[in-house]
Amino acid sequence: MTALAPSRPTLRGNWERNQSLLPTLAAVALFIGMLVYAELAYGRVFHAGTMSSLLVSFAPTIILAVGMTIVILSGGIDLSVGAVVAFTSVSGVMLMNAGVNGWLAIVLMIVFGGLFGLVAGILIQYFTVQPFIATLAMMFLARGLASMLSTVPVHAPDDAPIRLIATDWKIIDGPKVNDLVLTPGFVLAVFVVIAAFVYLHRTRAGRTVYAIGGAESSAQLMGLPVARTRVSIYVISGALAGLAAVIYTAEVGGKAQNVTGIGWELDAIAAVVIGGTLLTGGVGYVLGSVVGSLVLAALWMIITKDGSIKPEFLTIITGSILLVFVLLQRVITRRRVE
Amino acid sequence: MSYLKSLVRTPWFWGAVGIVLLLALNTFKDPNYLAIGVNPTTGLLSGNILDILRVSAPIIMIALGMTFVIATSGIDLSVGSVMAVGGAVAMETLSTLNAPASPGAMFAAIALAVLLGAVLGAVNGFLVAVIGLQPFISTLVMMLAGRGIARVITGGQNTNATNAPFRELANGQVLGLPLSFVLAIVIVVLIALVMRRTALGLMIESIGINPQASRMAGIRPRPILITVYTLSAALAAIGGLFTVSEVMTVDVSGTGYQMELDAILAVVIGGTSLAGGKFSILGSTIGALLIATLNKTVIFLGVSSAATPAFKAIVIIVLVLLQSERIREMLLGRRSRRDMTIPPVTNPATRTEEAVA
Repeated sequence: MTALAPSRPTLRGNWERNQSLLPTLAAVALFIGMLVYAELAYGRVFHAGTMSSLLVSFAPTIILAVGMTIVILSGGIDLSVGAVVAFTSVSGVMLMNAGVNGWLAIVLMIVFGGLFGLVAGILIQYFTVQPFIATLAMMFLARGLASMLSTVPVHAPDDAPIRLIATDWKIIDGPKVNDLVLTPGFVLAVFVVIAAFVYLHRTRAGRTVYAIGGAESSAQLMGLPVARTRVSIYVISGALAGLAAVIYTAEVGGKAQNVTGIGWELDAIAAVVIGGTLLTGGVGYVLGSVVGSLVLAALWMIITKDGSIKPEFLTIITGSILLVFVLLQRVITRRRVE
Repeated sequence: MSYLKSLVRTPWFWGAVGIVLLLALNTFKDPNYLAIGVNPTTGLLSGNILDILRVSAPIIMIALGMTFVIATSGIDLSVGSVMAVGGAVAMETLSTLNAPASPGAMFAAIALAVLLGAVLGAVNGFLVAVIGLQPFISTLVMMLAGRGIARVITGGQNTNATNAPFRELANGQVLGLPLSFVLAIVIVVLIALVMRRTALGLMIESIGINPQASRMAGIRPRPILITVYTLSAALAAIGGLFTVSEVMTVDVSGTGYQMELDAILAVVIGGTSLAGGKFSILGSTIGALLIATLNKTVIFLGVSSAATPAFKAIVIIVLVLLQSERIREMLLGRRSRRDMTIPPVTNPATRTEEAVA
C-alpha cells in the first residue's frame, strides 16, 4: 500500500500523514483518559511511586513491543517472543548456576534469542514459509526446549550480576514511598526505544523495512537488500526478546521458569496495533508502540486497583481492545484505498 | 510397481509410515506394548492402542476443522481455546443440572457447548469474510478471548461434574473401540460425504487457489468462509467435550492448551498445503492419529510431556521445508516446476489479504 514516500508538503500529503497518525493519537487520548479516570476513581495515580513501578514493571513489554513493531512494519509477525523469553531466561540462569561468568551469560541470553530469530528469518526469507507458521514453530520449539532444561523454577546465584539490572536508583526522594525510582533495566528499555527510532527513521536499513512492508516486489525491484534486511528483522526481534528476558529475570530476583511469558506475544502485538502500526505492514511508528504498551500498563493498573474486575476478564478486555483497534485500522485503510 | 509408486505419492502415506515406526519403537522397548487385555473391574478392553485411539479423538476433530480453514488459505488459531470453552460449558451445564444419570442433561450439555462454539466460530468467520481481517489475527484474538470466556463461564474454577452418560463419551466402548474415537470417525465420514458429494469441497478449494477467479466464476466467498470457520469451532467444541469427558473436569487453562499446533501439524502431515487450495480429509485424520501416537510415545519413553512441543516444532519445520519450492527443486530436479499446480507464494501477507478481498 503506502511505502511512506517522503510526502511533499501538500495539503493532501499532510492529510494522508495525519490520517495514519489518527490511531496513534487515539491511543494517546485513551492512555490519558485511563490515567485521569484511575486518578479520579482510585487516587494516587499521578504519583511518582505508582508511575515508576508501572514503568519499571512494563519495561520488558516495551522492549518486546519495539521488536514486534519492526517485524510487523515489514509485513510479518513474530509469535515466538514469549516462549523465547522463557527459554533464554531459563538457559541463562542455568548457565550462571553452572559457573559461567555472569556477564557472559547475559550476553549469551541475548545471543540465544537472536538465534531463534535467525532460524525463523531464514525459514521465512529463503523457504517462503509464512511468518506466523515459522514463528509459531519457534514458539513451540523454545517452549519445549525450556521445559526440557527445567520444569521447576531455577534461581540465579545471589552474587550474579543480573541482579544489578534491577538495582533501584532513587532519582527523586519523595515523602514516604512517593519516590521516583528507576532501574538500569528501565534505562535499557529507553535506549532500545531510541535505537529503534533511529534505526527505523534515520537509516537505510530502517527505510528498507518500511519498503518491504509496503510492497515487497517494489522493494526488490528498487534493488533494496530485501533478503538481508528481512532475516535481520527477525534476528533483532529474537535478540530483543532475549534482552527482555534479562530485564524480567532481574526484576523477579533472578528466578526463571519454563512457563514465563505465556501470552506475551499477544501483549506485544496488542501494544503495536494500539499504537497505530498497520498489521499489513508499511505504516507505523515505534513511539506509537510505546504508547500502546503504556495503554496496556494503565489497563493492568486499573484492573489491579479496582479489584472488583475479576482477573479472568483481563484477556477478554485485552482481546477486545486489540479487536477494536484492528477494526479502526481497517476502516482507515479502506477509506484510503477508495 | 506403479501401484507402489502412487502409494508413496499419496499425501497420507508418510503419516502412516510414521505411526508404524513409532509403534515399532515402543514395541521394541516393551514387547507387550501392543497387547490388549481386559480390565477385570469394568470388563472393558484396555491397552496402549486403545489409549492412543481415545486421545486421538479430539485431535481428529480439530484437525478436520482446520483442514477446511487451511484449504481456504486461512488459519484458525483459536481451536484450543474453543475446546476449553466447549468443555467449560458442558461441565458447568452438567454441574448446574446435577442429574448424575440423565441422558437429557448430557444432550443439553453437548448442544450448548457446540452452539457456543459455533457462535465463536461465526464471529471468526464474520471478522475474516466480512470485515476482511487477516485470519491469523482474528483467530488470535479469539484464542486470547476464548480462554478468558472459558474462565468466565466457570468463574475461574476447574469445574467438575458427575453424569454417567457423558462420562461414557470417552470411557465407553463400541465393539472394543473407544466411543469417542468411533463418534469422531462417524463425524469425519459424514463431513467427508458432504464435502465430496456436494460442490462445497470444490468451492472451498477454489477460494484457496484464487479468491478473485472463484468469485468471478460465481462462488460467493463470504458464506463459504463463515461456514468453514463456524464448522472449525463447532468441531473444536466437540473435541473439548471428548477431552473433558475423560476426567469429567475442565481445566480452564489446560484444556486444549497449545492444541492449535497439533491441528496444524496433523493437517500438514496429511498433505494439505499451507498455501491452501486442496485438502485431504483422510490425510488429516491419519495425521491426527500420528500426533496421538507421538504424544503417547514421548510420555512412554520417559521424556517430560512439557517437552513434546519441541519435537512437534521440529517435525513441522521439516514438513514445511519439504513443502517449500526451493527444497522441492533440490530434491526433484527442475521437473517439479511443471508439476506444481499451485503458484508459488511470494508474499504470504498480501495473499491472505487477497483471500478476503
